[in-house]
Amino acid sequence: MKKIEAIIKPFKLEDTKEALTKVGIYGMTVSEVKGYGQQQGHTEIYRGNEYVVDFIPKIKIEIVVSNDKYLKLAIDAITKTAHTGSIGDGKIFVSEIAKTIRIRTGEEDSDAL
Amino acid sequence: MDTGNTAWMLVATAFVMLMTPVGLALFYGGMSRSKNALNTMGMSLGAFAIGTLVWVVAGYSLAFGEGDFIGSGKLLLSGITDKTLSGNIPEFIFVAFQGTFAAIAVAIASGSMIERVKFSTFSIFAALWILAVYAPITHWAWGGGSTLNFDEMDFAGGTVVHINAGIAGLVVALMLGARKGYKKTIFKPFSPVLSVVGAGFLWFGWFGFNAGSQLAADGIASNAFLVTNVAASLGIIGWIVVEWIVYKTPTLIGGASGAVAGLVAITPAAGSADVSGAIIIGLIGGAVGFFAVNKIKQLFKTDDALDAFWIHGVVGIWGSLATAVFIAPYLMSENYDMISQLINQTKAILLTIVYSGVVTAIVFYIASVLTKGGRVDEKSEYHGLDESIHKEQGFNL
Repeated sequence: MKKIEAIIKPFKLEDTKEALTKVGIYGMTVSEVKGYGQQQGHTEIYRGNEYVVDFIPKIKIEIVVSNDKYLKLAIDAITKTAHTGSIGDGKIFVSEIAKTIRIRTGEEDSDAL
Repeated sequence: MDTGNTAWMLVATAFVMLMTPVGLALFYGGMSRSKNALNTMGMSLGAFAIGTLVWVVAGYSLAFGEGDFIGSGKLLLSGITDKTLSGNIPEFIFVAFQGTFAAIAVAIASGSMIERVKFSTFSIFAALWILAVYAPITHWAWGGGSTLNFDEMDFAGGTVVHINAGIAGLVVALMLGARKGYKKTIFKPFSPVLSVVGAGFLWFGWFGFNAGSQLAADGIASNAFLVTNVAASLGIIGWIVVEWIVYKTPTLIGGASGAVAGLVAITPAAGSADVSGAIIIGLIGGAVGFFAVNKIKQLFKTDDALDAFWIHGVVGIWGSLATAVFIAPYLMSENYDMISQLINQTKAILLTIVYSGVVTAIVFYIASVLTKGGRVDEKSEYHGLDESIHKEQGFNL
């Protein structure tokens, strides 16, 4: 089991969700997050005042998949749909998941996904 | 008594009243941070209440009583009855009309002080300022004082109200010090929606302010009405176009500020400029306001929070000088000398800057001493003045 954490541009969420659903990935957790990467934010000017925007709003999608086939499908779907080519498109992190339990039935691991 | 003129002045006074607790309150309130919105609006409401009181008690007497340097003899409006006329309208409505000007002047200045001044200090300051600063300047310009009247053309209060209030705001902002975090973080308006609505109400009220200043329902009042509308519109265009070119962004706070800048600029000229003059006065007024707020202000550390000085003061100076330049052919006297009029305008502007600057500092100092310091403590400032002073929140979401 693998967990995918994808940080994407907020306006790409709908498209990304649709693409994931199309390849058979039905569950995900989404949160509104803020952060910055190599660019370290950027400066903006409002009414003459220059200010630094450190933390830029992003969306974090978390998905857990049972095998490498779904892992590849999910990564392909996200990189394809969340891609704009400009700075700040985000990142995908993949990690191992030791255990999954469905609270309602007590099913475990692949059965619980 | 002229009933037509009286009817118009009754209405015009109600128009001007709307400018303070509605127009300015929303315009300023929307530009504050949400934790200070109610306090910011409260200063406009408070200024109107206190202004009304001190005006009828003593302010009117100082401004429009008999005398050269200062008026007297009309404390608590003594001697005025329903039969007393001011020109051909009842003096009572003249008192009320002029009182709304005194109140809005100090309310305009409150914009420089927001998010840190104590409500108590501001309340005392408002009363003292109207008596010691606003009333004398009004007396010299309109109230019969001759020695310090420089024959400035100031139809509706470009110098008396706007330059005066702008300078007062700047001086108090200097004395108070900047808000914590000023120039380090951004203080974005919590609700540009309220500010745009507020600017609309100010614009509406300004018809009473400018066209009412003719004190009659006649051709010049109609001229003032029209050029006021034109200059406000051109102020929006002037501000937004320049902003669009410089920052590639047309903001609506800019548009609302541009309307106010155009209105400030046309105020002294409303009774003398024609439409083509109003187009130039308003357009340049908007552009001057933009550069004052976005560029010149940034060179200084003084935290004139809502730009009372940079809009009312600076654009007011532009308006006063432009008044001498852009005169309708149908209103220009035959032997009009523009250069000597420009000198007159400059003298009155300088007198206002010096007098308002010095005496504002004195009365604000007195108000701060009486309230044990003019500024709220750091914790109150952090939590916002709505909660820390009023135990209320503008928005209970």
